[in-house]
Amino acid sequence: MDRIPILKMGDCLLVTIQVDMHDELAMSLQEDLTAQIAKYASRGVLIDISSLEIVDSFIGRMLANIAAMSRVLDAQTVLTGMQPAVAITLVELGMSLPGIRTALNVERGMALLQEFIGDEVESDQGDDTEE
Amino acid sequence: MWAAELKFSLVDQTKFVTATSELARNTLEHGGGGLMTAEVVENGLRKGIRLTFTDSGPGIANIELALKDGYSTGSGMGLGLSGSKRLVNEFYINSELGHGTVVTIIRWK
Repeated sequence: MDRIPILKMGDCLLVTIQVDMHDELAMSLQEDLTAQIAKYASRGVLIDISSLEIVDSFIGRMLANIAAMSRVLDAQTVLTGMQPAVAITLVELGMSLPGIRTALNVERGMALLQEFIGDEVESDQGDDTEE
Repeated sequence: MWAAELKFSLVDQTKFVTATSELARNTLEHGGGGLMTAEVVENGLRKGIRLTFTDSGPGIANIELALKDGYSTGSGMGLGLSGSKRLVNEFYINSELGHGTVVTIIRWK
């Protein structure tokens, strides 16, 4: 069966969804991604959907679930590259994906993730020096 | 596809295909599978696409309730019917308990 590749980049995992998702593929992505977060102790997950022409409520729910699962595993998720037509359709459908952070492209998404991860590391170090 | 042949805008195509996906999922999950027919319709100078989803599943007991945002008997978010209604120009639903459901949508160019 096809699987969506997950790339490790330092603290982060990078997922580029380039094929239209069918249900099984979406479910296996959830499993693979959570397993990789745990394996590499990743702090950030970036999901790029710039090639997706259709995001229906099933895929929207899957993306929201991935973000929630990652958060529970102590990793931040950023969704990048949503096409304008997909954004219009999702909001009219009634899914504004309130729980997911988004960025316009991968570059900004990575910057956003680094910011989150960096902030956490800095505040940790801040605590250390106080002690 | 037809939606592209009729020169629907990209946004209209995306909306229509998404609505189709939602309704097909409903037919499959709640209706136990069924039939979808697609046809080009004309109204004067306007052209559009009409899709009809027919299943012979259990039917919908309370259509008004089923059309509300967030109402679901399945595992979804309850956006399938109400959401796809917002994505098309015309939306008709007919359901008879024990006999099945017919949903018809039209998107005009």
